Amino acid sequence: MNSIQDRRQEYRSLFKQNVAKRLLVDKAVRIIVFLCVIIAIIPLGSILVEVFKNGLTAISIEFLTETPGSAGSGEGGIGPAIQGTLIIIGLSSIIGVPIGVMSGIFLSEYGDNALARFVRFFNDVFMEFPSIILGIFAFLIIVLVLGHFSVWAGAFALSLIMFPIVARTTEESLKMVPMTYREAGTALGLKKWVITFRIVISAAKSGMVTGILLSVSRIGGETAPLIMTILGSSQFFSSMDTPMDALPLRIWRLSLLPYDSAQLQGWGAALVLIIIILGINLGIRYYFMNKKNGLIGQLIKQRRNATK
Amino acid sequence: MLFLHQKTVDKTNLNLKKRRVISDKVFKIGATVTGTYVLVIVVLIAFQLMSESYPIWEEEGLSFITKTDWNAVEDRESFGALPYILGTLTTSAIAMMIGVPLSIGIAMFISDAPPKIGAPLGFMVELLAAVPSVIYGLWGLFVFRTYFRDWFETPLHNAFGDNIWLFSGNPYGLDILTASVILAIMIIPTVSAVSREIMKAVPQQQKEAAYMLGATKWEMFKLAIFPYSKTGLIGASILGLGRAVGETMAVTMLIGNATGIGAIPSSLFGPSQTMSSIIANEFVEASPASIHMPALIGIGLILLLIAIVINVIAHLLVTRMLKIKEGAINN
Amino acid sequence: MTALTTNLPSMEASPFAPSESSTIDTKYKMIAENVTVSYGGIDAVKNVTMKFKEKSVTALIGPSGCGKTTFLRCLNRMHDMTKNAKVTGKVMIDDIDLYSKEIDPIYHRRKVGMVFQKPNPFPTMSIYDNVTAGLRLNGVRDKKILDEIVEDSLKMAYLWDEVKNDLKKSAIELSGGQQQRLCIARALAIQPEVLLMDEPASALDPIATQKIEETIIELKNDYTIIIVTHNMQQAIRVSDYTGFMYLGDLIEFRETKKLFTDPKDELTAKYVQGHFG
Repeated sequence: MNSIQDRRQEYRSLFKQNVAKRLLVDKAVRIIVFLCVIIAIIPLGSILVEVFKNGLTAISIEFLTETPGSAGSGEGGIGPAIQGTLIIIGLSSIIGVPIGVMSGIFLSEYGDNALARFVRFFNDVFMEFPSIILGIFAFLIIVLVLGHFSVWAGAFALSLIMFPIVARTTEESLKMVPMTYREAGTALGLKKWVITFRIVISAAKSGMVTGILLSVSRIGGETAPLIMTILGSSQFFSSMDTPMDALPLRIWRLSLLPYDSAQLQGWGAALVLIIIILGINLGIRYYFMNKKNGLIGQLIKQRRNATK
Repeated sequence: MLFLHQKTVDKTNLNLKKRRVISDKVFKIGATVTGTYVLVIVVLIAFQLMSESYPIWEEEGLSFITKTDWNAVEDRESFGALPYILGTLTTSAIAMMIGVPLSIGIAMFISDAPPKIGAPLGFMVELLAAVPSVIYGLWGLFVFRTYFRDWFETPLHNAFGDNIWLFSGNPYGLDILTASVILAIMIIPTVSAVSREIMKAVPQQQKEAAYMLGATKWEMFKLAIFPYSKTGLIGASILGLGRAVGETMAVTMLIGNATGIGAIPSSLFGPSQTMSSIIANEFVEASPASIHMPALIGIGLILLLIAIVINVIAHLLVTRMLKIKEGAINN
Repeated sequence: MTALTTNLPSMEASPFAPSESSTIDTKYKMIAENVTVSYGGIDAVKNVTMKFKEKSVTALIGPSGCGKTTFLRCLNRMHDMTKNAKVTGKVMIDDIDLYSKEIDPIYHRRKVGMVFQKPNPFPTMSIYDNVTAGLRLNGVRDKKILDEIVEDSLKMAYLWDEVKNDLKKSAIELSGGQQQRLCIARALAIQPEVLLMDEPASALDPIATQKIEETIIELKNDYTIIIVTHNMQQAIRVSDYTGFMYLGDLIEFRETKKLFTDPKDELTAKYVQGHFG
């Protein structure tokens, strides 16, 4: 017995007295990963600060409602750009959301076959297509064919960005609804489409709306697909067959001008754009996460009650 | 209901069944057709890009990919995609080299921090993804670039410019490095979010085994988390690469917009051009009559192929890893 | 349930050491004093005090949710990893309190090895690397010594003969029972003094279980072992002392034979007779 104990002691003595060093290394790593977070957040802070700081000085009623003045004059505003952004977001949603929702329904409710797996895969791949390629595509099949720049082309291009996102978030939201809801509907003798729309979608509403709003905020900031579809303009919207302005386009074009006044207007436009986008994002977080009647709110309530 | 004659009940049931079957069939068809919309679109895009870029392939053949000319003058038109392919790959690779370690560090921090700290910080990192590319470009152009040039690029150039070719060009701030750094920031939200999911997938028992042996937190990462999630983390990095490759506006505004031979990446401080930025810059100016536009569309085709390959690889790596985790839990 | 709170004769009759201990100055390897564990306001372990004799096997039994696993995990500070867990009390190994502010747990986790319910070898490592994992953390690099300890640990875990020809094989290619013995070897390799086992055989087939139990009985000669088990027959087969817990309280703690044949507490009697599980 003794020799075993001795052997143990001998082995133990081989353990280096390295605990202090190991703890030091551990602490160093903690500091490093914390610094990583700080390094990532500093740009965010700087961007927000600069946009607000510089943009606020440019903002005025005239700025928000007038057409651009001559380059470098410092006069005029971004009225057409704001209008254009709102129009293009609206049109793209009208095209993209129904397609996305129905695709999501397909994937969720009829999704247990090879075709659906195929579709899901393509959906995921398609989501990663560079947005400028989608702009080229819309240019080729609409602008070239019509012979002029077109708001439809821009809306179509942006809808291509929207619908895969909406399809995926819709699918996930619908999948979260328990099967028992659907079974209850079937037991009542309801048709499947009625069950889907009136029961399942009602339950999945929050998740779906969140997904839709997220895709809206995403396309609000898109520039590349608009370059060769709506081109940009200094005038307010006149028809679907003429170029139109949008905030991201205006920001880009202003940034190319060598004038300080243009730069300032660029910041102003950026501020308006950021407010719209962050507004949607933060709105989603606080409204839907806290909403008492939504599925998410209910899940949160359930969890709280369980731990009481 | 109880008072209805049985025959009437049967008839009603039959009618209802028929109607149910028809309207449900319509619904199913509608959903399926909409589902296949994406397949149609993808095929159409591929077809359109190939057919509309055909003139440049006819003119230059495959050497379009290796040539470095870029001349739109009418009688001397000659185009080559190589500088822009290299520009895209260079900026994306550098963005990955900077962004991936930062993202993994962020994922490590947030996965381990107490929720009160982790949740808001995680939220802020996610917010980085909500900022539009054009605003990254604006900020990069008017804020970041001056500081970066004066405090980082110029000192490096002065110190090592003669010896190391990487630092040779005279820095104006609109160059490969600046564009790459902004790209790195832009891919951080994606890579860190996916990395966090991957690390969360490591079973608790693995971490406990490491702690039982007396490991520090960092040692636990080395023993239990990293070996287990290696594949997935590589997948996350490649996902970031895919994002960087497709990025347009921020890069366009910061890369210096060189063309032709001058666009070939030669030093970190030299201007260049990516596939997406040349398209953004020149597409509306190109006359469809010349082969300028087909050249740009051809570049778009190459860009699309590269983006698809990268993203498919990334998805395979990531989902394989997450499936392994599900399998492990079920065992 | 009310009987529980009004008469707890066992709390007085058996002090925190198993009653009827034979020698007065028997060495206690590990002493847990007034240990309380609470999760989010609920006490999973309520003020438990137990003393564990050197080179003995102590079994912890009780119905699901009684706190035995939670208590076991206090003994090597595994709850540091759990969010929302609050632990109060002392756990002493050789007169040093694991929970004192001055020491870092990784010093003393080396003294306490743990084997978990489901075998959890590191899947990307070989058998050899799994066993040496803890050793490498402690700076042992000498190949000869590592080989020695690997053989020694695998022998003690009754696994050496089965794997000695292929130590480089990946750990997950072993069967469930072999993996669990590998985990025992891995825990033994860092030369602990106390071994904690959380239902080590519950995920294994009867033959593998038997092997594990034989291992435990052999290891008793060198180690202090504390084993949580829901299998009363197993407790009888391998342990010297048994503690019965119920809803976070330690109801009775005595020599195994006596606890099962002549339980002092009514609740213990009900449990060992199988009235509830």
